Amino acid sequence: MFLHLFIVNKSGGLIHHRSLSSKAPKLGTNEWLRIGSTFHSLYAIANEASPVKLPGNKKNGADDGIEEIQADGMTLNCFQTRTGLKFVITAEPNTTAAVDLGQILREIYMLYTDCCLKDPFYELEMPIRCELFTQGVENLIQKYSRIR
Amino acid sequence: MSSKSSAAANGQALWAKVPKANAELFALTYGALVMEVVSDSDGNVDEINEQLEKIGYSIGIRSVDEFLAKSNSPYCKNLEETANVLGKTAFKMFLGINCDVQIYNPPTSFSLILHDNPLSLFVELPDNYKDTLQYTILYCGVIRGALEMLNYKVECTLIKSTLRGDDVDEIKVDLKNILQDGAGEDYQEE
Repeated sequence: MFLHLFIVNKSGGLIHHRSLSSKAPKLGTNEWLRIGSTFHSLYAIANEASPVKLPGNKKNGADDGIEEIQADGMTLNCFQTRTGLKFVITAEPNTTAAVDLGQILREIYMLYTDCCLKDPFYELEMPIRCELFTQGVENLIQKYSRIR
Repeated sequence: MSSKSSAAANGQALWAKVPKANAELFALTYGALVMEVVSDSDGNVDEINEQLEKIGYSIGIRSVDEFLAKSNSPYCKNLEETANVLGKTAFKMFLGINCDVQIYNPPTSFSLILHDNPLSLFVELPDNYKDTLQYTILYCGVIRGALEMLNYKVECTLIKSTLRGDDVDEIKVDLKNILQDGAGEDYQEE
């Protein structure tokens, strides 16, 4: 069962979040804003702490932020695009046996590029309020929920 | 496989997948847009060029994400790879055209050579604009916008144009600097 989806822009602001099932913790938008920016910072710390970032050891384009967090009660998967946007999904731990969360996030990224970026009235870095996108994510989640 | 041929193969595959628009409609729409800018700018050519470049920039910062989401291109390790992905994969995917990539030495700049240009399908520049109006400067803006989202600051110039009597269109891209992600200079240690 999927729990929650959130999207963080490149400066750490939450631009979209939604609950994907009734089991997801009931948190308000303010809490999610805080979680989003905290996660953004932790990701940056993980990235800086990686040995490939040492001087003289520069591997161009290496990305060593947080990709996955596993716990007994949930699993979190994060996909950062090369433009600095983070797509994060949380799910119950057994979900990963049936579906690849990273794949879902990449599909959501495609929906974002098709539905939000091509809408001339959508402003970059701002909260997403595109009906098409919401609907697309809904369909995607339903499709994957049937697989399990 | 060299980066050049794999980039070209990837571009071909992507072009087969994306939705197509009528080439004439595309050229005519752009023509109408240019004429609107021309009349808004009272014929001030510098302003026209600047406006068209800005429009391209807005397209670039948006379309780069679509490219990355759909192309699955590997990370580029140097500017040469970036140039190949841009010229061979991205131009093919969005415009369906093949362009030649020429890398200069030192490798801080490259040229994209377009043998056909879908924007200037029916265009003949009148004499008063012939040497000054950069009709397809839109591409420069797109490239600048797209690469800026990937932390590359570049400068783009149209150095050849079929509308001015050259045999090809050539866009030169100069890398100015690479922006760094992460903590600012103040926090860097040796």
